[in-house]
Amino acid sequence: MDNNYFVDSDKLSESALEKKHRLENDPTSRTNHMEYMEGMEQISSDIRERVISEMQGFDYSKYTPADVLRALRHDTCSVEDFKALLSPAAEPFLEQMAEKARLETQKHFGNTVYLFTPLYIANYCENYCVYCGFNCYNDIRRMKLNMEQIEHEMKVISESGMEEILILTGESRAQSSVEYIGEACKLARKYFRLVGIEIYPVNTDEYRYLHECGVDYVTVFQETYDSDRYEQLHLLGHKRVFPYRFDAQERALMAGMRGIACSALLGLSDFRKDALASALHVYYLQRKYPHAEISLSCPRLRPIVNNEKINPLDVHEKQLCQVLCAYRIFLPFCGITVSSRESESFRNGIVKIAATKISAGVSTGIGDHESKYTGKENDEAGDEQFEINDGRSLKKMYDDMSGEGRQPVLNDYLYV
Amino acid sequence: MKDDKLIIGGKEFHSRFILGSGKYSLSLIEAAVNYAGAEMITLAVRRANTAESENILDYIPKGVTLLPNTSGARNAEEAVRIARLARELGCGDFVKIEIMRDTKYLLPDNQETIKATEILAKEGFVVMPYMYPDLNAARDLVNAGAASVMPLASPIGSNKGLATRDFIQILIDEIDLPIIVDAGIGRPSQACEAMEMGAAAVMSNTALATAGNLPVMAEAFKQAIEAGRKAYLAGLGRVLTRGASPSDTLTGFLHD
Repeated sequence: MDNNYFVDSDKLSESALEKKHRLENDPTSRTNHMEYMEGMEQISSDIRERVISEMQGFDYSKYTPADVLRALRHDTCSVEDFKALLSPAAEPFLEQMAEKARLETQKHFGNTVYLFTPLYIANYCENYCVYCGFNCYNDIRRMKLNMEQIEHEMKVISESGMEEILILTGESRAQSSVEYIGEACKLARKYFRLVGIEIYPVNTDEYRYLHECGVDYVTVFQETYDSDRYEQLHLLGHKRVFPYRFDAQERALMAGMRGIACSALLGLSDFRKDALASALHVYYLQRKYPHAEISLSCPRLRPIVNNEKINPLDVHEKQLCQVLCAYRIFLPFCGITVSSRESESFRNGIVKIAATKISAGVSTGIGDHESKYTGKENDEAGDEQFEINDGRSLKKMYDDMSGEGRQPVLNDYLYV
Repeated sequence: MKDDKLIIGGKEFHSRFILGSGKYSLSLIEAAVNYAGAEMITLAVRRANTAESENILDYIPKGVTLLPNTSGARNAEEAVRIARLARELGCGDFVKIEIMRDTKYLLPDNQETIKATEILAKEGFVVMPYMYPDLNAARDLVNAGAASVMPLASPIGSNKGLATRDFIQILIDEIDLPIIVDAGIGRPSQACEAMEMGAAAVMSNTALATAGNLPVMAEAFKQAIEAGRKAYLAGLGRVLTRGASPSDTLTGFLHD
């Protein structure tokens, strides 16, 4: 079973519609997703090959309860142990996995939980990724904030007490240039202690420029590590190039960024294989760049504007919890972020087991923080990338986390 | 015992238990300090540098010496900048240097630590470097102006105890500065053992943060550290590695 991703807007011209259908139905009309486009930097690295070959060889049906119990007994979790923990055989052992994960989280992070918020500054996109609300064929209200509007949003957010921000754009170099993003990041440094970005992948020299603008963390989601599946989901645009996206985090580290985050979007493909590949991606990066601060996210598919039915298929909360426990046991020192795609009850529970970072006061729309934070009317906001599930404000989240016995942390960082 | 003082940077301490603060709720800090009888507490400058209403600095009881650490620094230059910021934030002149180039094990980089120690000691800081227990590096730290040396017992957060026991003993025997065992001490008995060996003090964070009852564990550590110190000062009785001690000596037949 799969989601029905294709939605036709009646606002598309006949020729646009025809092109869209051709891309959807005729694979030969699409470009080679393994071929770099002009201007895309190629670096020399074996990480992609290692991750993909491990993933392809991962037959999770062969693991038994004995393999899982052995993995749980080990002090250090090997790649093989990790595979057992991700397998269906581990599902009956979820409580034991949670207990081991909780101990590891405690050892490395104590009872702290880091809070942050995302800020979308533009939702223009040149790609046709069939599951995403921002995709270029989706009829949504597009918007790009100017510097004055960005500063206004930042003021509103920082007045709520937030000290860490993640700046996001849709993936359009033409609308949201690297310079535009850089200027936004310079502004962000005025209002926040820590600035991260989640934008389209760029070259090393551009990451270096963004680092100079005050950015220290780069998040790029590979969406799925299965390149054949990737090809079927990313039909048009720069994002279609699988290897360029894969190497983004490494380019960011080469450019001097302090930390990176990886993830698959669970529900797009075989989630067990994608979870394995996501974790191995950060695992090999950290081995090659031992100083890098690494982090994993775990987004699941959500409904989008004009397609309410998109859902994460077989990745239910139980499976997500299994993946997160396995991540924690395999990579005890790794940051794990759980976004507002997940429910309040799931996030309250998972911070006690494995997650170390959660978002609060979230909007995935453009320019609507003031209306969300203060109730002030705003008819001109840009549409959201996906529907959020947990809409708690920073204050509510702070109080809830304290109430759950956690120590919320708004800043653990110095730009040096 | 009354006169037994720990002196670091010209300041006298009666407690030999240094508390960490980064892994448990701010609201528990005061109880931890009181039960531990601690006179010194570490705090991460990067976390103290916050605008949030709940600042760790407001939770630390008055009279307790702050030991800001440079966690997050990847080299000497970054550590120096963080230490200076600590001073600006009003954290005093004490600084614990932590420099890590490895996010997995958080093992300290001795070479960079020596460089940072030299710079900061010249600027009047009381420098307490966290280090991997290596005698040559420890000697360099002494020459660089360190006020104490803080070797790790085992990887930070691991609670695995004195994995580097023999190398810490060498530092205790050879270095004329207080040797403060930091990182990896997971149980009061391990803290006691470090003190019996002649360590000047013990630092602990995770062992308390992961305990079922933090204040009570803080008190258990306090008592263990005091017991270990007393045993060290009293002079430990001999321990036979094998067999028993015969009452007739082997050389009793010698008459001339």
